[in-house]
Amino acid sequence: MSAQAQPNSYRTGPDERGHFGQFGGRFVAETLMPNILELEKAYEEARNDPSFHADMAYFSTHYIGRPSPLYFAERMTEHLGGAKIYFKREELNHTGAHKVNNVLGQILLARRMGKKRIIAETGAGQHGVATATLCARFGLECIVYMGAVDVERQKPNVFRMNMLGAKVVPVQSGTRTLKDAMNEALRDWVTNVADTFYCIGTVAGPHPYPAMVRDFQCVIGTETREQMMQAEGRLPDSLVACIGGGSNAIGLFHPFLDDKDVEIYGVEAAGHGLDQLHAASLSGGRPGVLHGNRTYLLMDRDGQIADAHSISAGLDYPGIGPEHAWLHEMGRVKYISATDQEALDAFQLCSRLEGILPALEPAHALAKVIELAPGKPKDHLMVVNISGRGDKDLFQIAEHLQEKIV
Amino acid sequence: MLKTQPMTQRIEARFQKCRQEGRAALVTYVMAGDPDPETSLAILRSLPKAGADIVEFGLPFTDPMADGPAIQAAGLRALKVGQDTVKTLDLIRRFRAEDADTPVILMGYFNPIYVYGVDRFLTDAKEAGVDGLIVVDLPPEEDDELCLPALKAGLAFIRLATPTTDDKRLPAVLTNTAGFVYYVSITGITGAATPDFGKVASAVERIKRHTPLPVVVGFGVKSGAHAAAVAQGADGVVVGSALIDALKGTLDAEGRATAGSVEAVTKLVKELSEGVRSVAKRAAA
Repeated sequence: MSAQAQPNSYRTGPDERGHFGQFGGRFVAETLMPNILELEKAYEEARNDPSFHADMAYFSTHYIGRPSPLYFAERMTEHLGGAKIYFKREELNHTGAHKVNNVLGQILLARRMGKKRIIAETGAGQHGVATATLCARFGLECIVYMGAVDVERQKPNVFRMNMLGAKVVPVQSGTRTLKDAMNEALRDWVTNVADTFYCIGTVAGPHPYPAMVRDFQCVIGTETREQMMQAEGRLPDSLVACIGGGSNAIGLFHPFLDDKDVEIYGVEAAGHGLDQLHAASLSGGRPGVLHGNRTYLLMDRDGQIADAHSISAGLDYPGIGPEHAWLHEMGRVKYISATDQEALDAFQLCSRLEGILPALEPAHALAKVIELAPGKPKDHLMVVNISGRGDKDLFQIAEHLQEKIV
Repeated sequence: MLKTQPMTQRIEARFQKCRQEGRAALVTYVMAGDPDPETSLAILRSLPKAGADIVEFGLPFTDPMADGPAIQAAGLRALKVGQDTVKTLDLIRRFRAEDADTPVILMGYFNPIYVYGVDRFLTDAKEAGVDGLIVVDLPPEEDDELCLPALKAGLAFIRLATPTTDDKRLPAVLTNTAGFVYYVSITGITGAATPDFGKVASAVERIKRHTPLPVVVGFGVKSGAHAAAVAQGADGVVVGSALIDALKGTLDAEGRATAGSVEAVTKLVKELSEGVRSVAKRAAA
């Protein structure tokens, strides 16, 4: 790859056609194009409407419980003996993960557009739970597509969605995981275009989703800036977040992209290892087109999408948001990876040292904090996004540790 | 040695022939490599003889997000036996060696083409005897990707118009379309519910106000009677999932072809062809 010119700002994308460099775009069936254009227009109007922001602020504070704390992880810091580690506590949000930030924005938008039927895809179930929650709150019909394999490994979240009044549809096609859930949601949308709003859970899909979902998640980074200024009187030196599609990561990273001294690390899921089954699209994939956008994908030489694998259902996706693909090629963000085993080890260390059970997704980020922090000086400020809580993963973790719950 | 014609001319000539015969065209879709390469080639070869005027050959893809269960499963059967883009073009080459006139349309999703390399793909497809492309996930907003290079290479880029494509948007959809326009009669996936065929004629009329190209109609056509109903109002009738279902019904427990596989497809194509031919249309001026 030839060296690319560095832009004045990393925060101006995408262009009007939804491109971040060569990535992004609108690769969808014609049936959906009018809807995508309608959504783009509605979002532009909402973005410029103070009443939309006022609604967002109200529900963020009183329903989600924002701002989430920026917590000094003192014992983790002592244990690792290097960088001063802060946790951005997104796991304390209502519904237990960062996903709700985006869902709130999209559901308020769906209400403005008069759409009464909401569909969503989900992997780990956190996005499904967040969507079911806000649909319950606003009295909207909710259908969640979930790969049959994920339904099996994330039973508590399936039950939560049912309790919230959503209909969970197990997807039996393809590999029966997140990518197939997304295919099925797109098929539903193609069929029910007129009354249906597709609430995508990550910074992927056709334009305007990658930009819109990012905007709704940027509250994470914006709060972190203010909180770090209050706590330390300066910006952090590094940021670490896990990446499946990449919404929690871009939410933390984006407000810091133009602060050139801030090191940024995105952590992909290396599954059994990068030379075996994994879900690290940037480390082990190449550019292709899937689910409405061009991005890095795991695929074979014929362009057939490969099976991803991660212990974490939320990272088990063969693609990544197009803005991450661009930031990777520009070299602004360093993308690294953590294996299933490293994530399990990090989960246990964090639980015992800090009394916080992280989800398996941010446990991947923590695994790299464990690796990076000891090599940094003691005045190095490192923020890791704890994007969700681990309760949903307990059964699966117990199985891996060969311990029995109940 | 058979004489080859420039690409879109085969499509034009075929619609011209149907107009002269005072009827709509029958367009059939089957998946390349389903359930194995040789059977799919045998089916492809049998289609014109059974009454198909234009053949669409599906490029298998793991994630066909606009297709229903029948075509999804057909693609996976093909991929399971190792079908890929190179092999699909090779089957078309062999078809073309015996049939110089029937237009061949490749239909699929962009990723396998993108990964193959757009320029290389267009060269190889044209050389193999492909006349046109239908790529479901490339709307006019992405014309730079494949549509414009295809037109430059002499391949028709056939666009889908749908019930959601309103009069304001139609010109954008039709601008770089060549060969014919494919009207998807329902908002939905392939093989889904049977549409209200009564609405087809008025929808086709609406599109024809914007383009001189033939308009063919598909999605939900399953029988000779359906085909006849659609033929009333359209220049052509597209049938896909029903043919794939007919094929699937003959496969053994391991998904392999049996003695009756090719015959099951041609039998249905004959019925569809009779349906199309039962509707007399005014010969074009």
